Amino acid sequence: MKTAEPVNSDYTQPGVSGMVSDWGADKQAFDVPWGKLMMWIFLLSDTFIFSIFLTGYMNVRLSATEPWPPVSEIFALTVGGVHLPLLLIAIMTFILITSSGTMAMAVNYAYRGDRRRTVILMAITAVLGASFVGLQAFEWSKLIHEGVRPWGNPWGAAQFGSAFFMITGFHGLHVSAGVIYLAIIARKVKRGDYEKKGYAIVEISGLYWHFVDLVWVFIFAFFYLW
Amino acid sequence: MQHTAIADQIEEDLHEPHSFFTTYIWSQDHKVIAIQYSITAIFVGLVALVLSGLMRLQLGFPDTFDFIDPSAYLQFVTMHGMIMVIYLLTALLLGGFGNYLIPLMIGARDMVFPYLNMLSFWTYLLSVIVLLASFFVPGGPTGAGWTLYPPQAILQGTPGHDWGIILMLASLAIFIVAFTMGGLNYVTTVLQARTHGMTLMRMPLTIWGIFTATVLGLLAFPALLVSAIMMMLDKVIGTSFFMPALVSLGESLDYTGGSPILFQHLFWFFGHPEVYIVALPAFGMVSDVIATHARKNIFGYRMMVWAIVAIGGLSFVVWAHHMYVSGMHPAFGFFFATTTLIIAVPTALKVYNWVLTLWRGNIHLTVPMLFAIGFIFTFTHGGLTGLFLGNVTIDLPLSDTYFVVAHFHMVMGVSPIMVLFAALYHWYPLITGRMLHTGLGKAHFWFTFLGTYAIYLPMHYLGFLGVPRRYFAMGGSDFIPESAQSLNASITFAALIVGLSQLIFIYNLVWSLRRGEPAGHNPWGATSLEWQTPDVPPRHGNWGPELPVVHRWAYDFSVPGAERDFIPQNQPEGKGAEG
Repeated sequence: MKTAEPVNSDYTQPGVSGMVSDWGADKQAFDVPWGKLMMWIFLLSDTFIFSIFLTGYMNVRLSATEPWPPVSEIFALTVGGVHLPLLLIAIMTFILITSSGTMAMAVNYAYRGDRRRTVILMAITAVLGASFVGLQAFEWSKLIHEGVRPWGNPWGAAQFGSAFFMITGFHGLHVSAGVIYLAIIARKVKRGDYEKKGYAIVEISGLYWHFVDLVWVFIFAFFYLW
Repeated sequence: MQHTAIADQIEEDLHEPHSFFTTYIWSQDHKVIAIQYSITAIFVGLVALVLSGLMRLQLGFPDTFDFIDPSAYLQFVTMHGMIMVIYLLTALLLGGFGNYLIPLMIGARDMVFPYLNMLSFWTYLLSVIVLLASFFVPGGPTGAGWTLYPPQAILQGTPGHDWGIILMLASLAIFIVAFTMGGLNYVTTVLQARTHGMTLMRMPLTIWGIFTATVLGLLAFPALLVSAIMMMLDKVIGTSFFMPALVSLGESLDYTGGSPILFQHLFWFFGHPEVYIVALPAFGMVSDVIATHARKNIFGYRMMVWAIVAIGGLSFVVWAHHMYVSGMHPAFGFFFATTTLIIAVPTALKVYNWVLTLWRGNIHLTVPMLFAIGFIFTFTHGGLTGLFLGNVTIDLPLSDTYFVVAHFHMVMGVSPIMVLFAALYHWYPLITGRMLHTGLGKAHFWFTFLGTYAIYLPMHYLGFLGVPRRYFAMGGSDFIPESAQSLNASITFAALIVGLSQLIFIYNLVWSLRRGEPAGHNPWGATSLEWQTPDVPPRHGNWGPELPVVHRWAYDFSVPGAERDFIPQNQPEGKGAEG
């Protein structure tokens, strides 16, 4: 070991020691650009943030002394005389997941070198993200109108409002930051800034965007459906 | 897919600085950022040292100092703890030494994202300013204890409940942002920017320690961030995440139905890994110092690496041992006591390996080595008391006494500080090009090491007597004998002497900067890459036109038949001798 020539990983070793030597290989552990690995590590850290937010929410929900408000009723809309539970949230979820699709297409076109389509698709993604934030603002104002506050609400446990505004607010900040991020990257793509460096940056911003969508799925499941 | 590794490119992509400002102030060079981090951290550390002196004055000589009232005392305790753990130790070990050593030891020209690295320092500086600002707001800094337990942290009756706690929480959040920017850089640099031949299992243990600690930080600080946000909301807009319905000063408050225990879980889910965020870099650096100054390869390198990783992993499943007294289901107590005691296995393995590295080594009692040996003593001592406290039944009566204060100061206060001193004496010649003065260094060591024992050994006895910690004064407690007070007075004497003796060190740092003996290349005869740079101190870009190529591990000391008693990592085979 200590006197061997500089080694690349030895792919022939089986089992755990093979995995260890792959990881411990010369120069770099993963065959990806620096920025992409850094984004993955950041997202891992951010996953912990959201997991702890959700765990904290579940904990206060279980330990609250008053009954939890009827979530699906609160988030219902009446459209044309029909009462539809969770309608707005369903629309918001649909928009966000659609934006993940357009983002994935943008990444595809970026690697093909089709700058025009990349920019258009990133712009669509950003617009979908912005409309998600807009709908969220609508939802917030509707709830505030009905008397929901972070410190109390007309139906039961005060922690409902606290957790709702905190978690959707924190997620909304992520989406807003993502919209700005995508807009900046799209502008640079349009200017041709990445012609020499390559288009990994589009995929990196895409990773962030998919993460924000994925987090929303968990918020949707644990907050709105529970 | 092709991508360019910046580490392989030469100067033009490295933002070579041209003016004074870009060289020393808005610098993107990891070495300058490291020095900025270190100076800031040492400065706040001195503030915290003064605070501990003030606390000791009150404890040793109650009713003597009028300016220390109970509120001020609690504020000193809180700020001392928080500054030492986060703004000194975490920042100096990772922001300071991590920044300086990672690129040099793995053979990179800089961190992978230098601009982000620079932002990390300035954000850290902002967090320090916000923290220190709390000394100047109405009501002063928070006095909630460094654990900031709700509900008392934000209620009337706790000093600094108006502004102090808000600034503390804001400062912590800003610090976490700064740490994240730096930490992402450290992890990515270690994983992706190593030079040719530098496999993970050839990295010096210093890098392993810093790397694992940074990963822990990236996964543990989120818990602190979330709890800071939730407590901030409780304080500022009146949510009830952590606040149950309660009556304060005869008045029933608007809070309802929150869970104070939730905060404790979140805090310690951060707080316990934090112990290892501080300890693992220290473990790594002390391994390298011991091997270099004992002229002997580190004993059991692979085991040392796996022990670091195992300790890092285990540190996430032991947090509730800080909460035995909160009232916990016995099954949970059993689980957390078991995991806690399991951590002792890899930790003890490391201690054995340090001692076995010394065994039959060619020990040079240089100043870094003295501090490293001192560390083995203090760490073993603090670790053994940890075995007491890890058991639920022993922890319960001891938890709120000075026994715990003695334990955690020995194990995660003094021990990392010992390593920091060892590291500063060891790497100062590389950073400045001059040696620190040896005589002053030895005086500094003996004052610090003996003083440590004079302070903390008696505290164990105070703890067994049942003297409670955090108290401003003991009052008329019948079960505490009179003699406890004289013990407290002697501890205060020792603490003040140790505190003052740090001036020797500061003086040495400043004096040696200009007057110290020129260090030349590699004064300790070390093998690792940071000592093999073309210039000392290393210039911007570290390596001149070509990156070094690594041919061996970092511990080829006293190889039989070799020309010298060390073979640098970048020396090819055939030159010198085979190891």
